[in-house]
Amino acid sequence: MSSSAPTNVVAGAARLLDYWAIVYRRTWKGSAISSFVNPLFYVLAMGVLLGDYVEGDPGKLEGATSYLMFIAPGLLAAQSMQTVFGEVTYPVMGMVKWHKTYFGMTASPLSVREVILGHLGFVMFRVGLTCGVFVLVMAPFGVFATVWGAVLAFLVQFLVGLAFATPIYGLSAGLKDESPFALVFRLGMIPLFLFSGAFFPIDNLDPWLAAFAKVTPLWHGVDLTRMLTLDTVDGSTALVHVAYLVVLAVLGWFWAVRRLSKRMVG
Amino acid sequence: MAETDSMILAQGLRKSFGEFEAVKGIDVDVRRGEAFGFLGPNGAGKSSTMRMVAAVSPVSGGTLRILGMDPATDGPQIRARIGVCPQEDTLDLELTVRDNLFVYGRYFGLPRKEVRERVDELLEFVQLTEKAGSMVEDLSGGMKRRLTIARSLINRPEVLLLDEPTTGLDPQARHVVWDRLFRLKQQGVTLVLTTHYMDEAEQLCDRLVVMDNGRIVAEGSPLTLIAEHSTREVAELRFGVAPEGQSHEAIAAKVEDLADRIEVLPDRLLLYTSDGEETLAKVHERGLEPVASLIRRSTLEDVFLRLTGRTLVD
Repeated sequence: MSSSAPTNVVAGAARLLDYWAIVYRRTWKGSAISSFVNPLFYVLAMGVLLGDYVEGDPGKLEGATSYLMFIAPGLLAAQSMQTVFGEVTYPVMGMVKWHKTYFGMTASPLSVREVILGHLGFVMFRVGLTCGVFVLVMAPFGVFATVWGAVLAFLVQFLVGLAFATPIYGLSAGLKDESPFALVFRLGMIPLFLFSGAFFPIDNLDPWLAAFAKVTPLWHGVDLTRMLTLDTVDGSTALVHVAYLVVLAVLGWFWAVRRLSKRMVG
Repeated sequence: MAETDSMILAQGLRKSFGEFEAVKGIDVDVRRGEAFGFLGPNGAGKSSTMRMVAAVSPVSGGTLRILGMDPATDGPQIRARIGVCPQEDTLDLELTVRDNLFVYGRYFGLPRKEVRERVDELLEFVQLTEKAGSMVEDLSGGMKRRLTIARSLINRPEVLLLDEPTTGLDPQARHVVWDRLFRLKQQGVTLVLTTHYMDEAEQLCDRLVVMDNGRIVAEGSPLTLIAEHSTREVAELRFGVAPEGQSHEAIAAKVEDLADRIEVLPDRLLLYTSDGEETLAKVHERGLEPVASLIRRSTLEDVFLRLTGRTLVD
């Protein structure tokens, strides 16, 4: 067989599978700690130990009968977000600027789109793995109202992940150096993590702050995940959440393709 | 697809970045099996040309055909059949030598088994078999360069593009790279390289173009370029610290008629002539005694400096 151009973007991205598999085999031990152990610490500290002091009133906890039930879906969605932030900031800059790995890839028959899709595929694999483990660990604590709810809550994490992955990828792809990442984490990820309804109902905030929280992507992810785990799905609200996340992921994709093309092709 | 013997055909090829025009309309025709060189100082437009030929950088004007295909529409098809050895190594430093080659072969859609066999052959070819399991970051500069060349050969390319293949290598490493490139040429691979080492161009290229400021200023084989733009020999005369009234310019005026062309440098005079010994004898006859003299053959470097000037380009 001789070398050839891929017939479509997905087939092209699939050619990167062996590359990402080798990268993962080399790095999984390091990421395992942060992916599996840290969320567990949060669940124990916040959900179980701190949650002991919180009254399990469904009226105040969006339908949850315990603080652990309330916080578990919030932590799951936040976990998706954090995994994505870690995977599409410094690693993307490394492949564009430090190691220039992408330039090697695009000297082959692969194109910028395929390189991005391949990388995002790997990010989604990481989201799936960490969230899958998280769901399995949480299940014995009785935080899922139904089995289907748990399965759907897990699947929704790919959407939550993509909604963050494509725009942040686009940001990283065009940055000249890594210094803005500190701001991205401190003023982007951490406030989202703390104030998007993962730890307390968004209505506890001042009305205008609550309104602000409701336009952030993590709140849509948290609320959608929580509806599924608590079995309190409201059709139209859920649809708004899904639409919001899909639109963000799609717009982010086009932005990412544009920024990386501009950076690399010139 | 029309299969011709023209591997790369450029007509009026241009590349601009905003206001700046890096390549200002060049015509090039690289034939199958040939070793073709782009020479030029930094900023001459060599790398911009190479990136267009590698089908990664869009053409700003003129036409470009690679293997008969248009890079604007058939970029992936072109890249499947060429090999690229970029100026900067783009190896994955945290993967092993073998894995770097293996994953690269997979980008070309080659089956795993075939890639594994090919990797073993290539490691042998660039003498890195013993380093197969080493991390790339532990390799020397010369080894990384050889690995990059091996990687560019993974798809058995018909054309191999090499952007400054030996820049930064020590003499031993350069000779190993030259030897491997020469073998590839013998196997019928078309080589296209950029360099600013004149000895490299003379060693490897059948034909070359000299680029300056985005344009081609000369074209031909190393020998014809020397014949056209220089003389057979050069007499280099050093006069040491000039006594009063004996500046280099003044000396040059006295021997002007002895050479086809005279170049006055701060430390020496260059007399371009067909017979250096004879010219030197005539210089002595006129009572001029250089403290040191050297008669040598003209090289491509003389041609290069004549065409592109001695001014430093940063």
